Parts: sequence; C-alpha cells; structure tokens
Amino acid sequence: MPDAVLELRDLEIRYGGVPAVRGISLEVGKGEVVGLVGPNGAGKSSTLLAIMGMVAPHRGDVVLDGRSLVGRSTEAIVRGGVSLVPEGRRIFPELTVDENLRLGLMGRRAREGSEADVEQAAALFPVVREARDRPAGVLSGGQQQQLAIARALVAKPDVLLLDEPSLGLAPKVVDDVFAALAEIRARGVTILLVEQRAQFAVGFADRTHVLANGQLRLTLTPADAGDTDRMAAAYFGS
Amino acid sequence: MTDVLQTIVDAIALGSVYALVAMGIGLVFGVMRLVNFAHGELITAGAYALVLTNHLPLVVGIAVCFATVIGLALTMEVAYRPLRTAPPTTMLVTTFAVSFLLQAVALLAFGARGKNVGVLSKLNEPVSIGDLRVRWVTLVSIAVGGMLLGATALILTRTDIGLQMRAAAMDFRTAQLLGVRSTTVIRFAFLLSGILAASATVMLVVSRPLVTPSYGFQLVIPALVGVVVGGMDRLGSATLGGFAIGFAAVVLGDVLPADGRVFLETALFLLVIVVLLVRPGGLFTRSRPAWERV
Repeated sequence: MPDAVLELRDLEIRYGGVPAVRGISLEVGKGEVVGLVGPNGAGKSSTLLAIMGMVAPHRGDVVLDGRSLVGRSTEAIVRGGVSLVPEGRRIFPELTVDENLRLGLMGRRAREGSEADVEQAAALFPVVREARDRPAGVLSGGQQQQLAIARALVAKPDVLLLDEPSLGLAPKVVDDVFAALAEIRARGVTILLVEQRAQFAVGFADRTHVLANGQLRLTLTPADAGDTDRMAAAYFGS
Repeated sequence: MTDVLQTIVDAIALGSVYALVAMGIGLVFGVMRLVNFAHGELITAGAYALVLTNHLPLVVGIAVCFATVIGLALTMEVAYRPLRTAPPTTMLVTTFAVSFLLQAVALLAFGARGKNVGVLSKLNEPVSIGDLRVRWVTLVSIAVGGMLLGATALILTRTDIGLQMRAAAMDFRTAQLLGVRSTTVIRFAFLLSGILAASATVMLVVSRPLVTPSYGFQLVIPALVGVVVGGMDRLGSATLGGFAIGFAAVVLGDVLPADGRVFLETALFLLVIVVLLVRPGGLFTRSRPAWERV
C-alpha cells in the first residue's frame, strides 16, 4: 500500500452518549480509492463529518499527512487539502453554476492555477461551462452531482471524500458519475468513497471496508465484488 | 394630488431609513440565524456620539458616530460568538439582554431625559419642487438610502465576500465545508450592519433630534416587524419589508384623522397581523421552486 495520506486511528463518535462509530481504524494511501459501505446508520457519514471537523470525535484521531486534524476548524481542514462532496449534493440552488464553482475556490490553499483547475473541471463535467449562468437548482440531479464534484475538485484537494455520490440518481447517470470518478482517480487524487451501492463501490475501489453498527466488519477487494454472501453477512452481522 | 405626492415622498424617505435598519438586521440574521434585538442600541450609541460631539465640526461628529457604531457592532460579533451553535431561543433572549443592558448603560451615563443633537438641522429646511415642499432631509434620506442599499447589493452580488455571505445565508454548514471562513463572513455582516445603522442614525437625528436611552429600540421594533412581514429568509424581502413598514407608517399617519393618530401603531400592527394571516411566509417571498431533482 502507498504511504498513508489519511488515517483514522481508533475513531469513536458519539451523539449524546450514544456511539455512532465504535473505534474504527483505516488508512487511505496516496492515489488510492478506499470504499466505505454499510447499511443506513452504520456510521459512514458520521465518519466523513468527523474527518471534516464537523463532528468532534469522542476518542481517537484523524491524521492527514502525519498531522492530527482533531480540533481544527472545518475551514482549516479544507485548506489543509481535504474536500467533501456531501450527501444530497448540497449545491446552492439559487446561485448560478458559476457562483457554485467559485465557492469551491474558497477552499484553495493558493489562488494560483485556479483558472487551469476550473478548466480541468469543465473538461470533465461540461455542464459547468454550458450552464454557467443558470441557477444551479434548475440542473438535473445528475448534473447537480457533477457540479458538486467539480466544486470540490477546484479546491485542488489532496483527499476527496464522497458521500453517496449515486444517491437518488438514475442508473445511467450513476455510470456517468463513476466514469468521471475514474478519471479523477487517474489524475492521482486520493479518494475515500462512502457508497450505499456496495457492489459498485467494491468493484471501483482499491479496497472497501464494510461498516456496520459503527464497526469495521470486513475488507473487500475488487475481486470480491461478486461475493454478495460475505457482504450480506457483514451487513447483517451474521 | 399634491398632498398625496407629499405623503408618498415622505413615506419613501422614512421607508428608506427603515429599509437600512431592516437590511442591517437581515444581514446578521442571514449568516447567523440571530435576530439582533440590540441592533437598535447601535443607533442609540451613534446618536449619543453625535450628542457628545455637538461642539465639534460636523465631519468629526459623523466620523465619531460611524466609529462608535461600527466598533459596537464588531464588539457584538465577538460577544455573540459563543452563541453560534446555540438554539434560536437562547440567541433571542441573549440579544434582548444585551439590548436592555446597553439601554441601562445609556440611562446611567446620560439620564432618562433626552439629549438634543444639533447637527445637520439645516436639512430640516424645506425646498420647493413644483407645488411640493419637501424637507432636504427627505431627499437626502431617499438618496443616501438608495445609494447604500445599492452599494450593499453590489457587494453581495459582485464580490467574493458577498458570494460567501449569500452562500452562508443559504446553507452555513455547506459553505463551511467549502472552506468559507465563518468568522470572516459573520464579522463582515456585522461590519456592514454597523455601517448601515450609522448611516440611518445620521439621517434619523435630523428629524428626531431628541435622543433617549430607548431611541434606537423604538425604531428597531417596527423595523423587525417589517423584516418579519417582508420575509426573514431573504435579505431582499426583509429589506423591502422594512421599507414597507416605514412607508405604511407615514401613509397611515396621513390617512388617520388628527385625533386618531395616537392609534397609529395599533393600526400599523393590525395591518401586520392581516398581512401575516394572508401570507405567513412574508409579503415579498416567492413560493419555493422545486429545486430538488433526481
């Protein structure tokens, strides 16, 4: 495995004393795609929010390039090189596509090269150029997802976190989104992918952890994509 | 006909001042979801600054007024920081407390009897425009109000910080996830709010020169009502609501018979109740478009 860029060390997250994530540890190497799958309420999104500093861990550590992120503000974490494409896209529907994209630039460590990165994002997702002056809310769900990913990419992250990028999208659109993710991966961006469509994630990621009831139950590789029995056993705890 | 025009011009002038106050409240509400009841005390502080600098050149007085109001606004931003994650009721009660605390400080410092501001009194002189006789302050209020509202709109739509403020007002959490600096955005909202409050103060003291500890509070309540009537969720509708309440106050004052003017506020708030019954989301809000797509 390449050198770890992002590490979760014995991470525990609680909401009002109720544990949502129970001491998970995982590593994401430079340029790797690591998947995190599991049923609803498994703790996947909580894990991402803890990485982004939106939720304070009860115990454990989140480490980026050897430095702890715990206690740092979300803005500082974004500027440190981590971007999240949140669940449900969370684009700003009343702002134009261009304004949404410009907001992505706010998380950059340096403004230099931002034009080139916007061009790269536009090459990957033409909708951000074609619909630049339209309100983002009028885009289709798939286009909104593309915009959300483009917005995260223009921040030039070292690590890209994706929370359910296929949620609510038609199968053809999901294929398009994953094709774009494959290109992003080819550019060397490190990705932590949270996904409900487990087989999709297992087939796409270098390795995929199954999270259930706040604990890592199983680690799968693309070769295991067809092994639905093991996956189901991990999901349901049998 | 001249009377009607006269009323409309006066109504636009008062509406412009209320719109400035409402926009100041709306800016802070947008990024913090905090209804700052102490916004009125910014105006009171500015008015007392003008009282204390009565003997100094006008430019110095206005500069001190702006510095005082902006300084107090930025101090409020620091004081409210621990409230950022607090429930709305906690925020509301706290801003009430800050408002009454500052009124009490003013009462101790300046007493209950009003102090007179003598600056810009020449703006009370009338000017004839055809058959209309309009006070200079009316024209200045309309011009300055329009300019400031326009300038604020330009800042919000044409600058990076404006874009960040609009994004934060729509979805603060997502804005943070994109790297928008929350403290910078909130501080800038308070700064703009302070500038708008100071400008409103300078215009207000011309027509209402007697400053008391509750000077600003008396103004901020109807302005807040305007914000609610217009629609709190959007800065534009909140500002229009402030304008509408100022406009309606003048028009109602003119329509009511002389011996019925003591009921002006009653009539105004009755109107507000009717508006909220008919359009509870706000007078100037649009129905939400179907943004959610699959």
